[in-house]
Amino acid sequence: MATAPAKNDIAGAFKDAGFWALVALGLFLPLIGFRAVQDIHNELTLETRWPLLFAFVAIVAAGRLLHNLLIAPWRERRRVAARAAVGAPHWSARLGSVLAPLFIGFALAYPAIAVWLAGAGGAVKWIDNFGIQILIYVMLGFGLNIVVGLAGLLDLGYVAFYAVGAYSYALLAQTFGFSFFMLLPVAGILAAFWGMMLGFPVLRLRGDYLAIVTLAFGEIIRLVLINWVPVTNGYAGIASIPRPTFFGIPFNASDEGFAAVFGLPLSPIYRLVFLYYIILALALLNSFVTVRLRRLPVGRAWEALREDEIACRSLGINTTNTKLTAFAIGAGFGGFAGAFFAARQGFISPESFTFMESATILSIVVLGGMGSQIGVAIAAIAMIGGTEALRELDVLKEVFGNDFDPTQYRMLLFGFAMVLIMVVRPRGLIAAREASVHLAARKKISGALVREGRG
Amino acid sequence: MTSLLCLRGVKTYYGNIIALRGIDVDVREGEIVTLIGANGAGKSTLMMTIFGNPRAREGSIRFAGRDITGLPTHEIARLRIAQSPEGRRIFPRMTVMENLQMGAAVRDGGTAADLKRVLSLFPRLADRLSQRGGTLSGGEQQMLAIARALMGRPRLLLLDEPSLGLAPIIARQIFDIIRILNERDGLSVLLVEQNAYHALRLAHRGYVIVNGAITISGTGHELLARPEVRAAYLEGGRR
Ligand SMILES: Nc1ncnc2c1ncn2[C@@H]1O[C@H](COP(=O)(O)OP(=O)(O)O)[C@@H](O)[C@H]1O
Ligand SMILES: [Mg+2]
Repeated sequence: MATAPAKNDIAGAFKDAGFWALVALGLFLPLIGFRAVQDIHNELTLETRWPLLFAFVAIVAAGRLLHNLLIAPWRERRRVAARAAVGAPHWSARLGSVLAPLFIGFALAYPAIAVWLAGAGGAVKWIDNFGIQILIYVMLGFGLNIVVGLAGLLDLGYVAFYAVGAYSYALLAQTFGFSFFMLLPVAGILAAFWGMMLGFPVLRLRGDYLAIVTLAFGEIIRLVLINWVPVTNGYAGIASIPRPTFFGIPFNASDEGFAAVFGLPLSPIYRLVFLYYIILALALLNSFVTVRLRRLPVGRAWEALREDEIACRSLGINTTNTKLTAFAIGAGFGGFAGAFFAARQGFISPESFTFMESATILSIVVLGGMGSQIGVAIAAIAMIGGTEALRELDVLKEVFGNDFDPTQYRMLLFGFAMVLIMVVRPRGLIAAREASVHLAARKKISGALVREGRG
Repeated sequence: MTSLLCLRGVKTYYGNIIALRGIDVDVREGEIVTLIGANGAGKSTLMMTIFGNPRAREGSIRFAGRDITGLPTHEIARLRIAQSPEGRRIFPRMTVMENLQMGAAVRDGGTAADLKRVLSLFPRLADRLSQRGGTLSGGEQQMLAIARALMGRPRLLLLDEPSLGLAPIIARQIFDIIRILNERDGLSVLLVEQNAYHALRLAHRGYVIVNGAITISGTGHELLARPEVRAAYLEGGRR
């Protein structure tokens, strides 16, 4: 493979891009250039798709050229600059603390903005498909971030806890008729319990071995959901799951319904705004708890565990408990998200809890920069919002023809985004971790400063 | 004087391979004891065995009169035995301050006084509290590893090759600090070193370990004078 050319080497950059175009041509020719179609006589005929193939090759060549001419020199300059400024906090660390209040403010005002801009009818889509959907993944990302980002335990089966939360709520609400807010903590606790169940057998594992076992765990939970038909109803899933009510007032068209009680015109928007604020509150709670935990001994122990397990043990840290709490708390947040998901959808089936979900959540955490809350939020917006936005891109149909379905390219774009971010920011969007102990002033060890670091 | 740390007939295995063949070592209260030996002799294994990782398969390890042979590592650490392990093992992505805080994890209560005390011993760390551990120089990392161990107010400090890879002047600084800690605070130290000359001059007593067994022991000055010690560990090793 050709390496990126040095600065000013424009001919080299073009040559390299040409080389990549050739590679892309070779790769995509069988994948995209040809397609086998069944004609009316049920015979397979080979169809060629040259324009699409050349579009792909052109994208690769242009992307590589962009990388060679702009991104690579820029990174080189940054590397040099970074070497010059060792020790100074990275800009993205400061960015995080500036962005957080902005984000929270925007998230709080979002439903109002959506209604204002799109009207009550038009805002439904923006609040449901974008707002709530993204926040569910922010929530899941925060939860997994504790396990992967902070404690450094690579968990590929996180969706299992999401599923446990969802099924716990669905089954308990249907069987016993408890309310959403009563069952939310129950679902969290049950998921946390399953987090511990996963934690025990994998205590001694690390890295790739741990990843494989957690992957298997996720699949086991899904297979149980599929096959334990008397309880879970198998593939058919569970329908008509009770929705959350507004302090006992249901969101429906009845006389006791929300609209009637408050004398408002009927609209689905109230329920959605309510759901939006529930999941926002859950995500903020999750974030708040994580930030607090990071400053407590247990949070610091998670991070130390990620760095060096043996050193941790010889510093008197009970690594067993530390790992189990990370699994349990991470899983508990997944359980909250699952319960919310079930209550919002009103229907769940094992389809919703495939490995793809685990992979998506993990990508959000990795892309966001492991351990960074704001990074996870940005990554969730980009990935989930981006996927949803694809549905809106009907304009593309005019370019590529009517059977072009942009949502089918979701995975491809996912991949592109991943590669791009890993090239530009190999350690995630917000890579610099913020110290859990802050110093009032450097250099001086004043009494006040020393007190700040209480353990 | 009674032994603070007392090893009797300690045998440690890696799988079926024996690494320690019945070790007897004592560290008394207020003593600096050094363990010298060639690469692969089992020095680090001995340090780790005291911490229960790997565990001694035979023999007994007692600390302050209590049998700790079967105790889990983190509970041993909570008895106020601290270790600056081989290769330092600081937390590279955490700040110096956070590294130090981790050292205080073995006990409850505030850390302000300890921080002050430790930073007065290592003023270079005081200037770098918000720097990430991984960006420190080798000498500073070693200082951090020792400082972190001291944050738990240990009664016994285990140091595994603190001078490894350091410039002689930095190594001397570190030996000076060990001496101060011992003379001023009465800290007992078990020091593993390849830098035998300085270690034996610093220590009250020393042991020579060869191939998993103690071959010679005596006061630091006795060992320095022994021809076999000079031949094996000092000639050429002297700086
Ligand atoms: N984790 C391990 N697994 C297997 N053998 C080991 C391990 N660690 C050390 N050894 C072996 O034990 C012996 C003693 O090693 P060590 O205690 O590290 O020596 P020293 O610290 O004196 O240089 C060596 O033969 C080494 O190869
Ligand atoms: Mg060693």
